Amino acid sequence: MELFKNTNFDFLGYKWPFIIASLVLTAAGFVSLGIKGGPKYGIEFKGGMLMTVKFAGTPPVEQVRQVLTSALASVPTVQTFENGSNEIVIGTEGENDNSLGRNRQIVVDTLAKTFGQPGSGKLDLNNSSSSALASRLLEPLQRAGVQLSQVEVEKLSASVMQYRDERGGLLTKIDDLKAVPGLTQQVLTVLNQESYVAPYTAARDIEIVGPKVGADLRQQAINATLLALGGMLVYIWFRFEWIYGVGAVLAVFHDTLITIGIFSLMDKEITLTVIASLLTLVGYSMNDTIVIFDRIRENLQLNRKETLQDVINRSVNQTLSRTIMTSGLTFLAVLSLFLFGGPVLHGFSLALVIGIIIGTYSSVFVASPLVLFWHNWADGRKKKAPAVAGAKARS
Amino acid sequence: MQQNLRIKTGAIVAIILICIFGIIGFPKSLDGLKANVQRNIHLGLDLKGGSHLVLQVQVQDAAKTTADQAIEAMREDTRTRNIAVGGFDRNDPEQLKDADTIAINIHGVDQGKTQLFRSLVSEKYSDWILTPVNASDYRMTMKPSTLLDLKRNTVTQSLETIDRRVNALGLTEPTVQAHGDPATQSEILVELPGVDDPARVKDLIGATAQLKIVEVKNEGPWKTREEALAGKGGILPLNTELREYMSAGASGGWYLISRSPVITGQDMRSARPAADPDSPGRWETSFTLSQDGARRFEKFTSANIGNRLAVVLDAQIRSVATIQSTISDSGRINGLASEQESQDLSLVLKTGALPAGIKYLQERTIGPSLGVDSIREGILSGIVGLIAVIIVMLIYYKKAGLNAVLALLLNTILLIAALAYFSATLTLPGIAGIILTVGMAVDSNVLIFERIREELRTGKSIPAAVDAGFGKAWWTIVDTHVTTIVSCLFLFLFGTGPVRGFAVTLVIGLLANVFTAVFVSKVIFDWELSGDKRVTALSI
Repeated sequence: MELFKNTNFDFLGYKWPFIIASLVLTAAGFVSLGIKGGPKYGIEFKGGMLMTVKFAGTPPVEQVRQVLTSALASVPTVQTFENGSNEIVIGTEGENDNSLGRNRQIVVDTLAKTFGQPGSGKLDLNNSSSSALASRLLEPLQRAGVQLSQVEVEKLSASVMQYRDERGGLLTKIDDLKAVPGLTQQVLTVLNQESYVAPYTAARDIEIVGPKVGADLRQQAINATLLALGGMLVYIWFRFEWIYGVGAVLAVFHDTLITIGIFSLMDKEITLTVIASLLTLVGYSMNDTIVIFDRIRENLQLNRKETLQDVINRSVNQTLSRTIMTSGLTFLAVLSLFLFGGPVLHGFSLALVIGIIIGTYSSVFVASPLVLFWHNWADGRKKKAPAVAGAKARS
Repeated sequence: MQQNLRIKTGAIVAIILICIFGIIGFPKSLDGLKANVQRNIHLGLDLKGGSHLVLQVQVQDAAKTTADQAIEAMREDTRTRNIAVGGFDRNDPEQLKDADTIAINIHGVDQGKTQLFRSLVSEKYSDWILTPVNASDYRMTMKPSTLLDLKRNTVTQSLETIDRRVNALGLTEPTVQAHGDPATQSEILVELPGVDDPARVKDLIGATAQLKIVEVKNEGPWKTREEALAGKGGILPLNTELREYMSAGASGGWYLISRSPVITGQDMRSARPAADPDSPGRWETSFTLSQDGARRFEKFTSANIGNRLAVVLDAQIRSVATIQSTISDSGRINGLASEQESQDLSLVLKTGALPAGIKYLQERTIGPSLGVDSIREGILSGIVGLIAVIIVMLIYYKKAGLNAVLALLLNTILLIAALAYFSATLTLPGIAGIILTVGMAVDSNVLIFERIREELRTGKSIPAAVDAGFGKAWWTIVDTHVTTIVSCLFLFLFGTGPVRGFAVTLVIGLLANVFTAVFVSKVIFDWELSGDKRVTALSI
């Protein structure tokens, strides 16, 4: 099967509409960034606390927001995931290191007060550690006449918690624990007396970053991106002409800017993993560009009579099949990551999905025209230069 | 030609076998296979659950303690040498970055004894630089070299203490190591895989646990600090301080205690938790003293029968008792609320005090349930992506697509085996890196196949077209791989934990890709073309 055989599209002939489209997209991103006061940084870049809480049913977002707003000194953010998991992310911004640790305790306590049964004196199985369960069960089990040593009780508690964690960290009713090996009816009765299951678990994912670390990380991320671009510029300069390096780096820079702009338009956060995926995109989009440049170089060596515009057009056409195939296949892999990779990688895979489309486009419509522009301009100057000199001589 | 091809094929098969052995070992059963994979592939904290903590040693605390000790010693020395001194005090640097500013101020030194005072300082306090402020006042700052040693020692000691505490928790493979630049940052990284109760462990690691047993002055207790101060006419007697008695979270009044401890945490030999015999439902921690400490304690208690002693932990009085008889080698801290609290206190007393307070800069705690979910989702998305790519390749390139699929599978196996052999850690972004490698790995094959098709179109014979396709695509492949590796290099240099894992997997994947897409694919083509019959059609 071949989809693109001997194509002959005049890519450079239609460069203006595409360049305008690029500029419009970039400008839209900038406007959005301007209105929102820069990118929306994730917690690791600005300092604060993030806690992922999973509910047994649809999360009562409004209720959570309400009780936490009255319990905390500053207004927290409460976000849901799009993919329909019953999880919410509670975020508090950090004023200083001490308040962050306190906020965590306040959130945990408030959730327990609102959704748990703290007054019952029972242990919440969904928000307890296995050591807490073991020390809680030891005496009641003995009283109930269950002959288990301390080590055996600890083992049993650990397997109860493992059973819970393999099922998303949430038990819906204590009787489900019958399936745990070694858990007898007698133990189940004691468990029912001593514990309950709250309809949520707060022990999914907690991230606390002090404000100083946040600022450091932001600086590191910017350094990493700029140095990576610089490193590639040098490599391409070394392998091709310098203008090819500049063209490739500008095209990649354009991709990064547009992706950040689209993130801002979609109101998505820039987290550390999004930065990682941006850097991957830098490498990936560069790949595409280099494949085309390689072909331009090869064609220039073969045929010196053709104009540069024709050579570039032919090179883009010759590599078109490869460009579409590779981008399409990588897109498939990344799309699978986006659809099935879970909430933790959501931002990461979204950036890749957007970036691969933009990166492929920019290799064809941004990088190559830039090289052409430069050469046309440089040639024009060369032709003009003698005329100017001549004019000088006459006067 | 044929023999050459056989050697190459043999090498490829050997590499495949070595890789598979690296991942699964020699399993005897399905369970054995699972266990081997778990042992060979090191999962990051984000996949198996656990806590990642970055903490900062508050070195200025140690600087203040050193200054306090110098002040105490100077008080003693000036008295024995009959040098009248108006008073000593020190500044109070609150932030880590101000630790360098630590200074002692000495007021009202007898002007007739200036020479004597100066020679005392140069003789016994050579770690300090003495600068006169005016005729009778002086200021002492710490020598830069001493300060540097102090910082380094404080961080090293804290690291050792935290390491002992973390090891006492009995976790598998915890990490405690210096983080960032040790001279300026004073940061420590602690990784606790599979930690059960992160909030408790954080408190346990962060407890300064500075213990001392001191004499209680025969007055008080007072209800509040203000009342106590008023009772002493606003000025505390020399070498004393006011401390609050805390028992199970409630205040038990303020006591006036001596600043010079009889016993400190360094005299501790062991500590253990026990039920409090005096108040049912409460817990205590009893401890025994070292030989030297016991001797001093015995001497002090026999001389002070009827007086009171206080156990002070981190600036709070934890118990007060009247000396009934001579005590030699043991003591206890009672009135603890839970067994857990008494266990934790014994643990920190046994493992020693931190020389300075610590501050948490960063925490990431992944619950085990999220780790399990992430592994499942990572594997699912990987398999779906792989199958999608395989289907498209087979449809688009037919038999040559099969060639690419073989190279792709080998690439994935090589990558996972390399992770196992290098003991690299597999993180969630690392799994994403593997999935991305799948997408990028076929790029090399696509480049080569498209080139072969082009060469065929120009009318070349099949073997010549295959050779030209591989030859011409080679430099393009090198260029694209090098640029991606350059960007991964910066990811690795600047990233932390999971992001580094991503960069490592991507680089290994790309290197493996050069081998599979160029070398292995070529060998497969060569086999296809190596028959005696003239090849007339290539399925590509």
